[in-house]
Amino acid sequence: MSLYDWLLSLHVLTAFALVAALAVFWIIGVVARNVDRPVESLRYFRVARPANVLMIVGTLGTLVFGIWLAIERDEYQVWDGWILAALVLWAISAETGRRGGIPYVEARKLAERLAAEGRGNEPSSELAAKLQDRGGMILNGLSSLAILLILVDMIYKPGA
Amino acid sequence: MSVLAAIRPDDWNFALLLHVLGAMLLVGGLTCAVTAFWLGWRRDSAAFSRLGFWSLVAVAFPSWWLMRIAGQWVGSEEGFSGGDDDPAWLAIGYATSEAGGLLILISIVLTGIGLRRMRGAGALGPSVLVRIGTVLVTIVLAAYVVAVWAMTAKPD
Repeated sequence: MSLYDWLLSLHVLTAFALVAALAVFWIIGVVARNVDRPVESLRYFRVARPANVLMIVGTLGTLVFGIWLAIERDEYQVWDGWILAALVLWAISAETGRRGGIPYVEARKLAERLAAEGRGNEPSSELAAKLQDRGGMILNGLSSLAILLILVDMIYKPGA
Repeated sequence: MSVLAAIRPDDWNFALLLHVLGAMLLVGGLTCAVTAFWLGWRRDSAAFSRLGFWSLVAVAFPSWWLMRIAGQWVGSEEGFSGGDDDPAWLAIGYATSEAGGLLILISIVLTGIGLRRMRGAGALGPSVLVRIGTVLVTIVLAAYVVAVWAMTAKPD
């Protein structure tokens, strides 16, 4: 296998890690939407923990291996329109995803605090409000949409 | 072969997009299921097993169909027959997708029955059937990671 083959497979594998993490976050976001007990929400946050690692690996890996691929391959340049579009979409996805995750980080901290105070099984309207945060959901939707557009861009390669 | 893939005609792109999207969502659904099942191996089994089961039913299984049907579409457009003269990377893809789909289906049945028994008995502990499903789904996820590598790197 050539260096190009390895770079391409690592680029695609990290893209799979990124989308897999997004899928896990969406599944948990949907099932935890009606949760108001700290103990129950902490259970879902434990499932999200490996997805956090996948998200970091996927976000950085797609960028690093993607740029390396563009440098390695003579017919592609980093300043090609479709590659620039992917970089802009990547930045939009990363930032909207970061902001969209804030309510969930706050919800996890609140659930941990309530559980530490021995109120883990008591319903909390504040926790429920954070888990149902509409703004966070919209930002995560935008982040996922940007990833989908990157996938379309990578396959169609407009202008290449 | 990777050069051939790089110069594929544009009218195959939509099928390829659906194939890759289905595969990515399949890996996502399996990742969620595997994580939940393993977390429920020793404690809180019912809650984690329920999450794992529904990840398989609602995400992994439909995504498998999307990946498989779109993959067949791409394969037929490229003129692959699924026979002995197909390249090794394609054979790996076919084998893992078929066997993986069957194992996902078996895991859904096993974990579904296991969950039902846990609910009926009011048990908090783990179910043997769910544990068997956990191992099967973990094997499928590992096989699919290898398949993604094979489909991308296209080793001879």
